[in-house]
Amino acid sequence: MKGLRREYGPVVALDGLDLTLHPGELVALLGPSGCGKTTTLRLLAGLEDADSGTITVDNQEITRLPASKRDMGMVFQAYSLFPHMTVRQNVAFGLRLRHVSRAERDRRALEMLELVGLSSQADRYAHQISGGQQQRVALARALAIQPRVLLLDEPLSALDAKVRAQLRDQIRRIQLEVGITTLFVTHDQEEALAIADRVGVMREGRLEQLGPPTEVYSRPATSFVAEFVGLTNRLAGEVSGGEVTVRGVRLPLVDASTPDGPVTALVRPEAVMVAPEAPTDSGPLVGTVIATTFLGATSRITVDLGDTTIMAQLRTAEAAALPAGSRVTLAIRLDPVLVSDDHREAAAG
Amino acid sequence: MAGVRPVRAGRRLPLAWTGTIPFFAYVGLFLLLPTGIVVWNSLTDASGKLNLGSIKTLFDPAVRMYFVNSLELSAISAVVGAVFGAVIAYAVASGNPDGLVRRLATAGSGVLAQFGGVTLAFAFNAAIGPTSGFLTKASWYYDFPQGISLIYVYFQVPLMVLVFLPAVDGMKMQWREATENLGGSTWHFWRHVGGPLLAPAFLGSTLLLFANSLSAYATVQAWENQIAYVVPQQISIAITSEVGLASANEAQVLALGMVIVVAVVMVSYTLLQRRTSRWLR
Amino acid sequence: MAAVTPVGAVTPAEVEAPQPRGSMRSSRLRRLNLFRWTVFTLATLFFLLPLFAMVRFSFVGTQPGEYTISAWTQIASYPGLLDAIRITLELAVITVIVELSLLVPTMIWVRLRVQWLSRTIEFLCLLPLTIPAIVLVVGLAPVYRSVRQHVSLSPLQLFWAYVILALPYAYRALAAGLDAIDVRTLAEAARSLGASWFTVMVRVVAPNMWQALLNAMLLTTALVLGEFTIASILLYTNLQVALYQISRATLDAGVLFSTSAASLLFAFLLLLILSYVGRQRGRERR
Repeated sequence: MKGLRREYGPVVALDGLDLTLHPGELVALLGPSGCGKTTTLRLLAGLEDADSGTITVDNQEITRLPASKRDMGMVFQAYSLFPHMTVRQNVAFGLRLRHVSRAERDRRALEMLELVGLSSQADRYAHQISGGQQQRVALARALAIQPRVLLLDEPLSALDAKVRAQLRDQIRRIQLEVGITTLFVTHDQEEALAIADRVGVMREGRLEQLGPPTEVYSRPATSFVAEFVGLTNRLAGEVSGGEVTVRGVRLPLVDASTPDGPVTALVRPEAVMVAPEAPTDSGPLVGTVIATTFLGATSRITVDLGDTTIMAQLRTAEAAALPAGSRVTLAIRLDPVLVSDDHREAAAG
Repeated sequence: MAGVRPVRAGRRLPLAWTGTIPFFAYVGLFLLLPTGIVVWNSLTDASGKLNLGSIKTLFDPAVRMYFVNSLELSAISAVVGAVFGAVIAYAVASGNPDGLVRRLATAGSGVLAQFGGVTLAFAFNAAIGPTSGFLTKASWYYDFPQGISLIYVYFQVPLMVLVFLPAVDGMKMQWREATENLGGSTWHFWRHVGGPLLAPAFLGSTLLLFANSLSAYATVQAWENQIAYVVPQQISIAITSEVGLASANEAQVLALGMVIVVAVVMVSYTLLQRRTSRWLR
Repeated sequence: MAAVTPVGAVTPAEVEAPQPRGSMRSSRLRRLNLFRWTVFTLATLFFLLPLFAMVRFSFVGTQPGEYTISAWTQIASYPGLLDAIRITLELAVITVIVELSLLVPTMIWVRLRVQWLSRTIEFLCLLPLTIPAIVLVVGLAPVYRSVRQHVSLSPLQLFWAYVILALPYAYRALAAGLDAIDVRTLAEAARSLGASWFTVMVRVVAPNMWQALLNAMLLTTALVLGEFTIASILLYTNLQVALYQISRATLDAGVLFSTSAASLLFAFLLLLILSYVGRQRGRERR
């Protein structure tokens, strides 16, 4: 996709998007609602027209090609199964439109249903199966026509939390097994980071960063990405000479050319730890634990520093030794940090 | 208002149903009783003995003609009204749910569906009546069933819009898009998805229009009161005529015949509605 | 027989068009818009022309080409017409009052305390759709006849039958209103604060369904204004019967058209206002 642009009257949904999917990879488009990720997917599917730009698949331009000829499989967020057909008939529908013989249709449909683990439900209707099962059927239906690209429009958003996690892994497993190029749209960063080969973070119609999950997480390109993906501490700091002083600690900057002055620095909780020295009574990083969130192997503690709060991610054993009310001294690891765009925007705006 | 009273959750008032007595009494007295009278009188003779012979009059050629006319008129106006009404409903539903067009259409349908009877016949006479028609003087205006069918269509179409619109609203856009995505064109969509899904609702609504047409009296009476074509007109003649009990009985029997036909239609309608609501909820 | 779907309650918040037009391919959008405008133009023509003819006739004078408003001013002085209008309006008021007093408490009560009866009530309320007015009057005529042998019955006594005729429409309108609010929760909250059942019905539930109430009132009024069958067979003169009798005398009497046009306009304006009001209330709530 090159230079895609889409406007709805005064609203610019997509502002010159460039995105290339490599064969067999799963790219997740992540962003808040209204960022243009669903629009991108729908343009690729052919359900909407771009105002300008091109879309190419396999070196063939398909920008003006109608949706029914694009040979892509799409899974919608909800309600997409045909209620008057059984599960089997739903899955076989695309094949029926391609004039595949009855016997062959049924065979392929059953094959797909086995792939998603639902062959026992073949003769039931949509309203007789659960939401998670419905989405699996939708996936089987999309794959049955052996498309070149698989498109998933927030397929898990309408499901319960527990079903969501299971289905997420299952989708990834199937995608790898079939080896199909996939575009997965979601607003849930955990989903995106868990299953994608590359993650594209979008905001207001533009792609802010595109890269493997680890990169997007630990080396965010912009402050928006840093704040949208994972948790971030926003701490007041002062920039001078290419470094920023935050709560008494001098930290390197990702962008060394940041002009001097007061800023908001973005520090990950994993970069905040308990100071190895004995706790002191007061200081810029001394405070009281006010909350602990158990996350399994790690835990996150929230510490009240008097004028602000800060989150630190520790091993659970360490966090257990610091119940609410304990005094603790923290330290910040010397990783390069980003500063928030806010002050720049405020100055410009 | 009383002061704080503890709510006794466990205690059930076994006589709570007595609160509905006024309703049941009223309906029993003014709906069920008259209907019962009709059924009773049509099945018994003057001395009160059960006499199914009067049912046989339903099959008299003269009486049969009224029923045939009624069925013919109802069928034509129902089918024509259903087709045009469905098309309009689809056009309305595919627009802005909050928009002016939709609200106008809904309000307009609500009024026009009720706009039958005497005033409607006048309006049509003013428009296409053979003597005073403004648009044209249609010589076929007083022909049965053409003239009167056209008038019936005028209130059948809005009724169709009212009854069928919820079904069209229930169509999800994902079905359309999924069909396109799987390789289907507009034709494929209507043939395999849209058509089958809307068919029960369409049939049900047509049946409702049919029952509506059967029951109508004022419009046809105002259109042509010299000749009785349909069953309601014959009932009215039988009931207001001075000729003794024989005619009164005829009215009852005709009424019974009507009730049977309409009841069959309404039961079918209800069954179809159940199927529809499951799919298009 | 008519309006089965109550006006103003037709578009709940979650309804969206089968496909919002902003998210369609331009070629399909063009085709759809062409279709819509063709349909609407033809429909408007078909439905407006007879109405236009009717209105035009109400302004036509005795000489060809002459226009006058005498048909409208005549309404007040045409023999019997004003009486018939008055009777019909009074009938409408009485019918509405009796209808709502009968239905509203019953429906709320059933929802709160006797749910097992709701299917029965629904069936009974929809039964008049199956038992046409013409059949009902066959059963009622002997009753009216025998009562009138002893006591003279004013035309206002027609309301007994009209309440029954209006049941399906009023029921649907009220049911839609009750469905939209969570009656149980409201009632339980009020009860736990100490309210009596009467208070719950009158001061908690009813105010929250005022659009449905208004809707039911309007549908009932429209029905009474248009009723002809029962009145004529029972030999009473209401508005429609009066118009009918006038038409038998002279088909071209202007008052026929002016009165008809007036009542139609009245009903349409009311329903349009209702649909606007209903939408705004819904917006506020969101």
